[in-house]
Amino acid sequence: METARDMQDLYRELVLDHSRNPRHFGRLDGATHTADGINPLCGDKLKLYLRVDEQGLIEASGFEGSGCAISVASASLLTEAVTGLPVDEADACASVVTRRLGASNAETDTDTDLGTNLQKLKALDGVRAYPSRIKCATLAWFALHSALSNDTAPATTE
Amino acid sequence: MSVSASTIPAAAWRADFPALNQEIQGHPLVYLDSAASAQQPTAVIDAVSKYHREDHANVHRGVHTLSHRATEAYEGSRDKVRDFINAGSRAEIVLTSGTTEAINLVAQSFCRPRLQPGDRILITHLEHHANIVPWQLVCEQTGAELVVAPINDQGEVELDTMLDLIDAKVVLVAMAHVSNALGTVCPVEAVIARARECGVPVLLDGAQGVPHLDIDVQKIGCDFYAFSGHKMFGPTGTGVLYGREALLEAMPPWQGGGDMILEVSFDETIYNELPYKFEAGTPNISGVVGLGAAIDYLQAIGMQNIARYEHELHDYMVSELKTVEGIRLIGEARNQASAQSFMLGDIHSHDLGTILDHQGVAIRTVHLCSMPLMQRFGISGTSRASLALYNNREDVDHFVAALGKAQEIFG
Repeated sequence: METARDMQDLYRELVLDHSRNPRHFGRLDGATHTADGINPLCGDKLKLYLRVDEQGLIEASGFEGSGCAISVASASLLTEAVTGLPVDEADACASVVTRRLGASNAETDTDTDLGTNLQKLKALDGVRAYPSRIKCATLAWFALHSALSNDTAPATTE
Repeated sequence: MSVSASTIPAAAWRADFPALNQEIQGHPLVYLDSAASAQQPTAVIDAVSKYHREDHANVHRGVHTLSHRATEAYEGSRDKVRDFINAGSRAEIVLTSGTTEAINLVAQSFCRPRLQPGDRILITHLEHHANIVPWQLVCEQTGAELVVAPINDQGEVELDTMLDLIDAKVVLVAMAHVSNALGTVCPVEAVIARARECGVPVLLDGAQGVPHLDIDVQKIGCDFYAFSGHKMFGPTGTGVLYGREALLEAMPPWQGGGDMILEVSFDETIYNELPYKFEAGTPNISGVVGLGAAIDYLQAIGMQNIARYEHELHDYMVSELKTVEGIRLIGEARNQASAQSFMLGDIHSHDLGTILDHQGVAIRTVHLCSMPLMQRFGISGTSRASLALYNNREDVDHFVAALGKAQEIFG
């Protein structure tokens, strides 16, 4: 079916898998950074937790909340992608991912090339054809940026 | 005039709406979002276009021909509105930008000067945000209290409880005539009867009532009735506040400006008579012309015929929806009009809306401008299909088939 095939570009297997079985779902003990993400248009609500160690590495992450398949999958993929990254790299990821998802299909992907740790995020590229759904996919990444920038005292000793 | 449902020429009605004749994503458009905004018939589109091409000028001002024509058309629509809802006089028809403005007008002009700390405004749990937030604002401004009558699991107002809440402390009862989210037709007659006994005025939010029911404000006995043009096949940016003349007369103007005055000096301004006292500034003339054309269109068909046709179609939609595996209907009132909310398995309504759109089916998703109602049902959002006179059984069949596709994708 044409419809089914088109829709599968948005709801790719990886997206459906992460929405059904979100990774790192739930409150994270000992979180050093948190941020809320709210998308009032579609009712997505999430809380993102990060635990940053003394070297400035994200040693654990998690999220809780409710939302559509796209927003849950994106948050789940985020937690996989940023765990183990230094905070500045994670923040850079947030900016690359939000720019990539907001970019039109006509634009080249070179400016928003995803590093090796973000390759799975290509599964979300389908939202670019659905303007009303882009915010669902970017919500968690905006929350990541605000979690990392709001708390000015991360656990870095350097 | 009324005819039996089986002989109603609904196919002819559908052909009057050009926007319906298109494909979305390669599928014929199935428009099930009329409760958000209804499509317009050719008669409305043409009336607005003719006005712009031939008759436009400002109203109530000029001596020239175009101004005269524009005024005739604008005031002609007011007369049509009066007739459509059977108001006692044209002075009782205040033209607004929509239901929201009409309700805010009553909140600020009727309630605000009267409310004392401890006074109450009574609403119900199934209201649209437009019939919640204006009351919250005026309660904040005055120290009055907003009281909410409960609803049951079927989405019906708990009438006995609501009647008990009406007493002399209540300054106004404000409730939906028909729920936007659940389609519930509310027991307004019983509420009005009780309110009358206590001397409490009643405002009805008729945004979802007017497109589907035959409205007679004198028979209903309400004190205010608010509705929007764009939900009854007219242009956006138009609406009506019907108000009992004695109440409107006693209310101060709510916005100042041109057209609402008789004489202005820096010492004193004399306000215009009803209904102009409440219509400051140049109004949405072309929109109101379109509203008048929408009323002509509806009256030619007959609201009772529309109500009967839609009722049968709604029954068909509900019975078909019940055959869908994993469906949960939200709102199963005994008396419903047009709308049906539902959830499908654990598919989020935002995902469902996208998948249905891909098959040409337009529905409303998520909170439906009724967040407290969603909280009542313990959900963050739902999906809603709403019917209008131009829908038919094929639309319902396409819709139900599209739900099946959504289940395939989400397995």
